[in-house]
Amino acid sequence: MSEENSESIIESSIKRKYKLQAKDVKVWYGDFMAINNVSMDIKANKVTAFIGPSGCGKSTFLRLFNRMNDYVDDFKMGGDINIDGKDIYDKNINVELLRKQVGMVFQKPNPFPKSIFENVAYGLKIQGLKDKAFLEERVESSLKQVALWDEVKNDLNKSALALSGGQQQRLCIARTLAVEPSIILMDEPTSALDPISTAKIEELIYKLKDKYTIVIVTHNMQQASRISDNTAFFYLGELIEYDKTNKIFTNPEKKQTENYITGRFG
Amino acid sequence: MNNIRKNRLKDQAFKIWGIFCTLLGLVLLAIFIGNILIDGILRIDWAFIVNLPSRHAEESGIYTALMGSIWVLLLTTLIALPVGIAAAIYLEEYSKKNKLSTILEVNISNLAGVPSIIYGLLGLEVFVRILEMGASVLAGSCTLALLILPIVIVSTREAIKAVPKSIRDASFAMGASKWQTVYHQLLPASFGGILTGIILALSRAVGETAPLIVIGALAYVPFAPSSPMDEFSVLPIQIFNWITRPQHGFVENAAAAIIILLLITFVMNGIAVYFRNKWQKKFK
Repeated sequence: MSEENSESIIESSIKRKYKLQAKDVKVWYGDFMAINNVSMDIKANKVTAFIGPSGCGKSTFLRLFNRMNDYVDDFKMGGDINIDGKDIYDKNINVELLRKQVGMVFQKPNPFPKSIFENVAYGLKIQGLKDKAFLEERVESSLKQVALWDEVKNDLNKSALALSGGQQQRLCIARTLAVEPSIILMDEPTSALDPISTAKIEELIYKLKDKYTIVIVTHNMQQASRISDNTAFFYLGELIEYDKTNKIFTNPEKKQTENYITGRFG
Repeated sequence: MNNIRKNRLKDQAFKIWGIFCTLLGLVLLAIFIGNILIDGILRIDWAFIVNLPSRHAEESGIYTALMGSIWVLLLTTLIALPVGIAAAIYLEEYSKKNKLSTILEVNISNLAGVPSIIYGLLGLEVFVRILEMGASVLAGSCTLALLILPIVIVSTREAIKAVPKSIRDASFAMGASKWQTVYHQLLPASFGGILTGIILALSRAVGETAPLIVIGALAYVPFAPSSPMDEFSVLPIQIFNWITRPQHGFVENAAAAIIILLLITFVMNGIAVYFRNKWQKKFK
């Protein structure tokens, strides 16, 4: 890529308010079509929620943005996914670098069976960063961002598995933040947590959107309405409706959306 | 009512039969060990362990065979360990799941069931003759390494498979490559399980006789091996040799050597169980 070209892309991504763009995306697992022709643009520094009944394809769709479906044996896709205007399924894309930019938090807290420090430093260490002072500083700032520092600062060498579920999930978010991504994907991050831990995570998500673009899959309708700016409703692999969260929850365009959010099915 | 009583009776009957079956193996093993202990325990002293073999039963010792067994064990480990673990990692993490990989997998499991004497013949042809290693420690170790390779591969795969998928997901999502995930996450997390499998495989190797006889390991070697190219004997071959002698003194020697061999395998299995228990706790 020439220098001029790369500059113009940076420029255009600053102007562009859409961080993630999906165009005519289709996904198959073998013969089963999991995503059918979905196009959507996701805004930078906003929280976007994906809702829909189990099996509607929302998690599959989320995992397209950091290419986590690549490891599924019979996965096939069509269409384009762009991040900052760049096609992330281009064959010249370095998937490891992409995942540095697009972090992910999973449904069940999944800390590594290592110390708290090692968990947070993992992403940096695998990039070859070894400077101890730098790692310590980054671990501290990441843990502070998720409000976990005061709880664990004296136990950094203790196993992460000794933490409570809510603490583990915040640790997983800190681990993601440590490599300074610009996008964070969250796949039902609070579904395994108690209400108090859930509230803490939601508060955290609200704070994080200043710096990060957040996409969250959730089964909890109240959660979507509390924390998201925009909401997308998926059903049977299709994007039924995508709009401001306010609008989706008070005055949806489609009958199916209304039925789902009012609890008539799903 | 009658039916209920009948069922209860059947239940009891099966329970008693089950206890009998469970104890059968254990009781026979206990009788065997008891017999051996009576025959051999008094024969074991320091001289028995450090003496070279001799024509006279009471001067004879297991030194050369014991050293041969240790040499073979170490070399077999050095060969089977890296090869087996690498193959397991490839099959579990890298290979695509298709027809070819299924055929590979089934055949590796089948290999574990091939009679050990066949491995001996293979070793004789390939290592002793074609590669001109002769009837050396190295040839014996290569043969035994082939023999236990399927066990190492299968148990290593099981151990790697037991690492929760969420750990893999987390590592990949952090931008780790496949190798980084294997090296930093999967291997440390499955270390205990891999070790367990390897120790069990080695404790099988230490008791193998047939393949080593086929490749030409000798019952009588005057000195302990001092390099991988030396001739050698191992404990089971020494035991086999002594058992075939008519004099009573050698029967005592055989019993004593069996006690030593059993001790080695029990200790190895004990270590394996210890690591397995320690490792299982890690994910709970």
